[in-house]
Amino acid sequence: MRVLIPSALHSYTGGAWVEAAGGTVGAVLDDLDRQFPGIRFRMVDEQGAIRRHMRIFWQREMVFDLSTPLDAAGELMIVQALSGG
Amino acid sequence: MTTMTTEPVLLVATRKGAWLFHGDAARRTWRADGPHFLGHIINHLTLDPRGGRTLLAAAKTGHLGPTIFRSTDLGKTWKEAAKPPAFAPAKNDLAARSVDHTFWLTPAHAGEPGVWYAGTSPQGLFRSEDGGETWAPFSCINDDPRYRKWFGTVQDGTPDGPKLHSILVDPRDPKHLYFAMSGGGVHESTDGGQSFAPLVEGMQVVQGFDPDEVSFHDPHCVRMCPTNADRLYQQNHCGIYRLDRPGKRWRRIGEAMPKDVGDIGFPMVVHPRDDQVAWVLPMDGSDVWPRVSPGGRPAVYITRDGGETWQRQDAGMPSEQAWWTVKRQAMGADRAEAVGLYFGTTSGELWLSRDEGAHWEVLARHLPEIYALEIAYPR
Repeated sequence: MRVLIPSALHSYTGGAWVEAAGGTVGAVLDDLDRQFPGIRFRMVDEQGAIRRHMRIFWQREMVFDLSTPLDAAGELMIVQALSGG
Repeated sequence: MTTMTTEPVLLVATRKGAWLFHGDAARRTWRADGPHFLGHIINHLTLDPRGGRTLLAAAKTGHLGPTIFRSTDLGKTWKEAAKPPAFAPAKNDLAARSVDHTFWLTPAHAGEPGVWYAGTSPQGLFRSEDGGETWAPFSCINDDPRYRKWFGTVQDGTPDGPKLHSILVDPRDPKHLYFAMSGGGVHESTDGGQSFAPLVEGMQVVQGFDPDEVSFHDPHCVRMCPTNADRLYQQNHCGIYRLDRPGKRWRRIGEAMPKDVGDIGFPMVVHPRDDQVAWVLPMDGSDVWPRVSPGGRPAVYITRDGGETWQRQDAGMPSEQAWWTVKRQAMGADRAEAVGLYFGTTSGELWLSRDEGAHWEVLARHLPEIYALEIAYPR
């Protein structure tokens, strides 16, 4: 599926849209980490929590749980909250 | 065999990136190299003195998780660590913790090439055995119930998170280690980190609190004298201290500071060759803790007698309306015969003295808020 990567992580992917596979949000992030080593830890902490300022959308709905199932037809959008100084 | 250069490089870590300032041997001209990692919060940038070529940078951004970047060519190219510091899964009914940022990086003993220690926020101790490429939790403290209690909570920590800092390695014995925590006291290991024990006797705490409770202790910066590993100097939330080992009782040498300035501050600097000489940069720690120069008149204070007396050094500094201060990692000394002193301010100025603090001048201005400063000698 197509995955939208926020600008703060383009240093890993080289661009905004990449292809990744997986049956859950977590599996897609694992696949991203295989392709772009280190990217997952910038988004998900060591206890498996999505980091405070990262937002993940599936079919335009916000996802809070890495076990959320996905089907290959959709687009996963990862964005960063516009906060901080 | 490579020889050590006499030309210092200042490693400047800021809230918005990192810079390297390459100096000449006379410390007269400086070449700015940067920004590196523009927009990233860099808490520490350190050169490995054992090879003199490897830099480690502790980085995060406001939106992304923490990581470590490595360079083996003095910052020409950077590569992210494969496994940055991260806590183990929760166990023993202890709350799960996540590293917010790596705060402090210390190369291990000269006889342990490639080994590094890292201190994090919230408080955690980590070790790398491959030059900073992969990191693992080190020692029992991260998940020791006693230490968990001494760490306190985020509410007990500094405004941007409680920190483990001032990791010190005894040059005579790689198994003899110290670290300090804001808050949580000073701790010592004599068995290579298998166990640590508090070393807080004599240190004072905020009025009304019990100094026997380790979690109330807030050391800001602890330094070991390079030519006398038995002597430690400490800038604490509650004063300036000295400890001579094997003694265990810290002595508040800040009592000799002028009362209108006080002995509160963050950085602590020791002379590279004379264990009687140290410098502090006091800060206003009154009422709400303004964390600015006392009275808007910044100054360094030097002791030349181990803390019996202190002298003000402010020649060249603003005499009024200067409200910056200096963070705990942002002041240091070089190794020149007339020791150079350097500090970086919260207002993004880099200051230099070529004569052990007697005269001061600005080396760079308009940088982002400076978090840390190291004086390095690449090979």
